[in-house]
Amino acid sequence: MTDTGTVIEVNGPLVRAHLPGTANGEQVQLGALGLTGEVIGLDDDRALIQVYESTEMLRPGEPVTPLGHPLSVELGPGLLGGIFDGIQRPLQSLMSEAGDHIPRGVSIAALDRDKPWSFTPDTELKTGAEIRGGVVLGKVQETDAIEHRILAPPQTRGELLELAAPGDYNLKQVIARVRGPQGDIQELKLFHRWPVRIPRPYRKRDNGIAPLLTGQRILDTFFPLLKGGKGAIPGPFGAGKTMLQQQIARWTNAGIVIYVGCGERGNELVDILESFPNLTDPYSGRSLMERTLLVANTSNMPVVAREASIYLGVTLAEYYRDQGHDVVMLADSTSRWAEALREVAGRLGQMPVEEGYPAYLASRLASFYERAGRVQTLCGDSGSVSLIGAVSPPGGDFSEPVTNHTKDIIQTFWALSKPLADARHYPSVSWTESFSDSVDAAAIWWSREVDASWQEKRTQALNLLGRAEELARIINLVGAEALSPMQRWSVEMAALVREGLLQQSALDEVDSYCSPQKQFALLDLIISLYQQGKVLVQAGVPVSSLLALPEIGRARRAKNLYGNEQMQELAALGKEIHARLEKMRREYEEQSK
Amino acid sequence: MREKEYRYASAAHNGLLFLKSVPGVAFGDRVGIRDQHGRQRNGQVILSSDEVVMIQVLEGTDDLNLDDTWVRFLEEPFEMPLSPDVLGRVFNGIGEPRDDRPPIISRLRRNVNGQPINPIARAYPREFIQTGISAIDGLNSLVRGQKLPIFTGSGLPHNKLVAQIVRQSKLLGEESRFVVVFAAMGVSYADAGFFRDDFESNGVLGNVAMFINLADDPPIERLILPRTAMTAAEYLAFDQDLHVLVVLTDMTYYAEALREVATAKGDVPTRKGYPGYLYSDLAEIYERAGRVRNRHGSITMVPVVSMPSDDITHPIPDLTGYITEGQIVLSRELHNQDLYPPVNIPPSLSRLMKDGIGKDDTREDHPRVASQLYAAYAKALEVRNLASIIGPDELPDLDRKYLQFADGFEQHFLAQGVDEDRSIVQTLNIAWELLSLLPGEVLSRVSEADLARYHHWDRTT
Repeated sequence: MTDTGTVIEVNGPLVRAHLPGTANGEQVQLGALGLTGEVIGLDDDRALIQVYESTEMLRPGEPVTPLGHPLSVELGPGLLGGIFDGIQRPLQSLMSEAGDHIPRGVSIAALDRDKPWSFTPDTELKTGAEIRGGVVLGKVQETDAIEHRILAPPQTRGELLELAAPGDYNLKQVIARVRGPQGDIQELKLFHRWPVRIPRPYRKRDNGIAPLLTGQRILDTFFPLLKGGKGAIPGPFGAGKTMLQQQIARWTNAGIVIYVGCGERGNELVDILESFPNLTDPYSGRSLMERTLLVANTSNMPVVAREASIYLGVTLAEYYRDQGHDVVMLADSTSRWAEALREVAGRLGQMPVEEGYPAYLASRLASFYERAGRVQTLCGDSGSVSLIGAVSPPGGDFSEPVTNHTKDIIQTFWALSKPLADARHYPSVSWTESFSDSVDAAAIWWSREVDASWQEKRTQALNLLGRAEELARIINLVGAEALSPMQRWSVEMAALVREGLLQQSALDEVDSYCSPQKQFALLDLIISLYQQGKVLVQAGVPVSSLLALPEIGRARRAKNLYGNEQMQELAALGKEIHARLEKMRREYEEQSK
Repeated sequence: MREKEYRYASAAHNGLLFLKSVPGVAFGDRVGIRDQHGRQRNGQVILSSDEVVMIQVLEGTDDLNLDDTWVRFLEEPFEMPLSPDVLGRVFNGIGEPRDDRPPIISRLRRNVNGQPINPIARAYPREFIQTGISAIDGLNSLVRGQKLPIFTGSGLPHNKLVAQIVRQSKLLGEESRFVVVFAAMGVSYADAGFFRDDFESNGVLGNVAMFINLADDPPIERLILPRTAMTAAEYLAFDQDLHVLVVLTDMTYYAEALREVATAKGDVPTRKGYPGYLYSDLAEIYERAGRVRNRHGSITMVPVVSMPSDDITHPIPDLTGYITEGQIVLSRELHNQDLYPPVNIPPSLSRLMKDGIGKDDTREDHPRVASQLYAAYAKALEVRNLASIIGPDELPDLDRKYLQFADGFEQHFLAQGVDEDRSIVQTLNIAWELLSLLPGEVLSRVSEADLARYHHWDRTT
């Protein structure tokens, strides 16, 4: 630990201090208020410090105390269901302590030290066993839905001397003693700390094999993301980024959801906090809040802590991954994180390259997204972190630096479209601008679990949408009357795909979540109708008489009419439509004879 | 307060004053400056080191004489004195009276920068405010504690619209009206006068606190004005349990002042020369609106944002849209057709609407009617486009009905008088009159039950 230093210059969130012997990344406390900051640059015996809190009334000459460790996160039971700020202060305790507003210079431990947890040691572990980082020492039931495995911290190595008996322990108590190779004794507790900017170690990386299901048709069926994958949701304001992220947080089949509100609205987090406890996880049947963890650094909270919040979130995600969970982390929005980076870079006088962003923007983004992945954990389990970042491009311009660099890194791109949102077509995911690199991998899962023709039907639907887009240009020039009957049928059926399949209301109780089986059934229903209708149109049946069939209206409303458990009724509707068209074809043949 | 006054500033330009070798000055400190004529100016420390102190002078640095400028560090941040007497008063950007009446005397003074609300202390806004304006109530409902800006352009009737909102806003079933905090930054004398007269003729002047910086007042003061105004609003809402409606006009002039100072300081410019921290800076102001749990009062905010050259992607409306909970966009095209209020429906949005309307709040069919109106109007605009190319006679029957719908929607739903105060039920009934121009089969956003109850297609055919 180095000696106390002094402030030399205060320039907004950036402080220059005389602080010999410190290291880059070290945490410091400043001034009479004890503001927290982080060393981000060294110049001889001077240190550059970014401060996580407002520096108002801080002055040159005030003391700077180094804390001897980098920005770290506390990892242990008690995280789930919680809400933390960008430097992991628990907002609930902060409110009980300081009231409605967030004061400066308050530090509260992230995890409650006194709360007892019922610990069940791993019975396989005997005294004398070799302990390495990541070994499961035992477990506690963190919430009714989630079992929390107590892991030996990654750097642990040695021989187990003692493991606590089953019983209640709080976070201050030692639950295991390990003798290291040098004979040093390490005391392990229910929690440990890890520096947020360093990825947690794992044994090896695996390829993604299963899709991360979200219950949203445009995502799961058309642009799938794998568990362990990297996705981005770019969109101008008002396109529905937040709504879509909340839908994913609600309905994803990941075991743990970490939602990072990074520089966004306070009310959005309140919305989650008020609604999630009353919503049921469709997989476990438990309250959604039991598997959810929130990191909140809203737009009016200090900008430097916003930069840290993304790393805090992903470290928490890795920790649950190491316990063998599939974790999804949603970051809303990575653009605000990049802006925080830009603000600090600007104050440091670093050379701006694109739109004021520093040259290292692309590499920082890439190394952040690289923390996603499906891995074999240190104890040999399989776990994954999927990262989904919202991007808020200025003016909705996707060629701006953050969107552009993000696009190069991620595998799945869910581009939101302003024209779709303006027509209240939600989710406003554009089928022309979005892409997924994971369709082939997802197809293996879909054909095994749902239906072998998934990929083929998906392609047909996308082709149909593409064709309709071309025809729309013709219509805009010369009107719909100029189309051939077959073209008109394609246009009408593309509209059916848009309304009956792609549009999905988050507010509709029946349709908010759509199971993979129902997704496929609707896709199949509409594509079959399209194909069968094509034959009829070819045979000369007028398109208008096809469109007049009441069954088409029912196909359009099928998503709202049949719940996920009504698959038989949905299949019956398919048969009914098939029979009706078949009858029509025969009648027409009779007539034309 | 330091007793000592410092002289011999080393430089003064673009609103910045530099002093050398004044150790230990606090960042953000308020500064009193006396110029060669003995006039007082106000400043704030924006960089402090032992070698140099940089002061931003709110009244600007024009005609400062370096040898005869006296600087005193007041050892306190900017603070606003607070008491219920702020209502009915007019202040400048730092909370000094502008109405020739004595200053507010109160022991309670608060830092104008405020402190961020702990997100979990917030209560989610969900109480419907009836503004009496169909375009807002029906399609982009405002709820108590929301921040809903008006995106406008030069020459558009945003002042009239804001004044109407202020006059008519009320909660259903509650008599209590809003008190108003009115913050004007860089607006003309005429615009500020318009509001003053409107408040006066409605007899509500005693319920309004005005913070005024006119177009010819020093621009740097605009940076602190909305903060001072929000400090007063927070006091009225969370200490005095009042429901406060904050009008900020015009945020574009505020942002331009910010750019002016940022350029002088040498901050790295980003889009259109605005500094990279414009987003965070705007958020510090906008996010002070809202509701807080266990507090009776609330802050609802209606900022006016001019879109330079009517460009919604300009950084100021763009960043505002990312922070606020929706936007009401005004249309020059509709205004030119003499339609009031000229609300451009497709890009307008209220994000908090979904929780403030429906069965227990307005009427059961409201959410679906709003969605259906949006969808039908979007379709109708497409048809209108097509009609302008191929002529309306070439259109299929249904498309001609859509054209009728579009016209009716604009003339009867959107358009209304400046003093016309429609109830939400009236608004929804007009909506159904218009939806009845279209056959039930194409109205896929409303339920079968809605159609049975409200749709009277048979009567119109």
